[in-house]
Amino acid sequence: MIHKNMVALILAGGQGSRLGAMTKKTAKPAVRFGGKYRIIDFALSNCSNSGIDTVGILTQYKPQQLSTHIGIGTPWDLDRVHGGVTILPPYMSEAGGDWYRGTANAVYQNITFLDQYNPTYVLILSGDHIYKMDYREMLAAHTAAGATATIAVIDVPLGEASRFGIMNTDGTGRITSFEEKPKNPKSTLASMGIYIFTYADLKKYLKVDALDEKSDNDFGKNIIPAMLGAGEKLIAYRFEGYWKDVGTVESYWEANMDLLKADNDVKLFQNDWKLYTVTGSIPSQYIGPEAILKDSLISEGCVIMGEVDHSVIFPGVTIGANSRVVDSIVMEGCTIEENVIVNKSILLEGVTVKASNAVGDGREIAVIEEGRVLSGGGFMK
Amino acid sequence: MKDYMAILNLAESENDIRALTTNRPIASIPIGSRYRVIDFMLSNLVNAGIGNVGIFSDSNSRSLADHLGTGKPWDLGRKNDGLFLFNHGLCNLMYTDSKLIKNNMEYIYRSKSSEVILCSSYMICNMDISDVIRAHEASGADITVVYTHTKNADKEFSNCFTLDIDPETGDLRGAGKNIGVGPEADVCMEIFLMTKDKLTDFVYKSTSLTSLTNFYNLIFDQIGNLRFNTYKFDGYVSCINTVSSYFKSNMDMLDIDVSNDLFRSAERPIFTKIKDEPPTLYVKGCSTSNSLIADGCIIKGKVKDSVLGRYVDVEEGASVENSIILQNVRIHKNARLSHVIIDKNVDIDENTELRGNEFFPLVIEKKNLLR
Repeated sequence: MIHKNMVALILAGGQGSRLGAMTKKTAKPAVRFGGKYRIIDFALSNCSNSGIDTVGILTQYKPQQLSTHIGIGTPWDLDRVHGGVTILPPYMSEAGGDWYRGTANAVYQNITFLDQYNPTYVLILSGDHIYKMDYREMLAAHTAAGATATIAVIDVPLGEASRFGIMNTDGTGRITSFEEKPKNPKSTLASMGIYIFTYADLKKYLKVDALDEKSDNDFGKNIIPAMLGAGEKLIAYRFEGYWKDVGTVESYWEANMDLLKADNDVKLFQNDWKLYTVTGSIPSQYIGPEAILKDSLISEGCVIMGEVDHSVIFPGVTIGANSRVVDSIVMEGCTIEENVIVNKSILLEGVTVKASNAVGDGREIAVIEEGRVLSGGGFMK
Repeated sequence: MKDYMAILNLAESENDIRALTTNRPIASIPIGSRYRVIDFMLSNLVNAGIGNVGIFSDSNSRSLADHLGTGKPWDLGRKNDGLFLFNHGLCNLMYTDSKLIKNNMEYIYRSKSSEVILCSSYMICNMDISDVIRAHEASGADITVVYTHTKNADKEFSNCFTLDIDPETGDLRGAGKNIGVGPEADVCMEIFLMTKDKLTDFVYKSTSLTSLTNFYNLIFDQIGNLRFNTYKFDGYVSCINTVSSYFKSNMDMLDIDVSNDLFRSAERPIFTKIKDEPPTLYVKGCSTSNSLIADGCIIKGKVKDSVLGRYVDVEEGASVENSIILQNVRIHKNARLSHVIIDKNVDIDENTELRGNEFFPLVIEKKNLLR
């Protein structure tokens, strides 16, 4: 078997229940984002752009859309002769079957997958974060330090630090202690949920953790503290750049709005670090004679006759004359007829807003469920 | 329906469209914001269920080969059949399409299909070829030829074959060339249906006679000897063989009825190569109207009545009107463009003013690596 230096595992089984209607039919990593992507495209494109050619995707909650999206990995150049992308759902064995009980348990259940490639390092990623990162640089830091584990961290404002897993480090970047959502944070270095482990060490700790019946089988709660307790060398890798965990409707909306500047922090237009996704054969967008466009992202296949202000419009959306879409996210295949106002709303796939209706009050974000037809006139929240 | 294979014959005259074909054949000229000329006919074939397409190219085909790849975007990246690309290794003036097809007869023999669709790429249309097949099979004719009736023969379809069709019986009486003397004509769309055996006959006849004859001439030579059936196509057609027809065809696509007919059909989509560009960003202060715009653009200036390809930047104060801008072009601040065609990878400097007109659009050629 050909040896791989580093294999990536993307944890993509989460529900993302705080995203409400958006994750009613699909797992959070498959939620659409940024005008033509799905959230997992960021992690997958990062892998591809970092030269990682072997990626396992751990799925559990409503995986159908995610599996269809990933396919054999062609958009990310992950349809490879050796390696490539493998979808790893929970499975049955002679002794019965088990759901993935925690992040560490999910990886533990796939040790056979990892052993196939006999990697020196394993990269553990979340499938639901928005960021661009070169994992090669993180691996270089890991090998230079000769660490057991390297955890990517980002500096957060002190006031928000209690929402994250916080790493306390010494002067050299070595992690001295880890606190999950501390009330009185001693540091502002938040874990991004991105880990590089030296595989031989990780395997050892996973096996011990699996035998511990009281364990939550979680990287943050169990594996990292166990490693620290045993005096292993864990280092923090500081990431500078845009990173967002779109856990709530508000943060999801904000992260989309963050893209609406030409020099946006996500660097959507960065040509040497492209974001890849599944693209259909759709014609170019047509902008009508009376259209007004301000600070908006618009995708292929759209026909825009009205006004779009500070919004993200996915492929194949039609916006009728005299209609106005403000501060909104309109997903694939929505139809907005004439004389409609859409204000601070998220329209999921295939929503139709009939003529002369209004959606959203401009204060709270209105989320309209997939395929709904809004008619009858008047105000709708 | 019998089993059909297709031959796309790219021996298309480039005499009047040289500015756009210095680096590529007509088949791979970008058109309609995100397509290449060949995408239309290739998609028409695929949408009719044809899974074996041989492309016979006679000129510098680097750009074409790059565009087609393994044929995957057209679902032709197959284990069995799929896409085959044949081209001249050397630029031999004695070569014609007949000779090229002859040289690759093994491909035609080996294909399991019994019937052949022979066609060109430069007739831009969205055609239900399965309907042509049905009509061909119902007619019992040896050869079906597809044509369109135009009222603009004095402006378009320059030098294309015209057909003389008996208005009473619909029989094909003869064929000629459109030299633009009158507005009305029945123009041959260079789509022929016949058996593989018939095609083979033509190939051997051609090489025993002369290798200098265009293949379609050989077919029309048989009027009177073979049974011809004619099929009239009523949808939008444009022949991309002059700079002005290229300009007009792109502008036609700004008409929502034309674009609905050409590339917004749900049953017959037009497929093309995927490029992974982000959505297009419209920055406050921009003004965009009546334009077809591909993804990956950043629009800060004015774009009116124009067609923009992928990755076009229009900076503040710049204005683009009645123009066709191909992929990866940057139009710097306060540049003003009207009736121009800008080929790929060109930078238009600040304050530049470029102006053509409807009949003579100004063409700025593709940026050459050596420049």
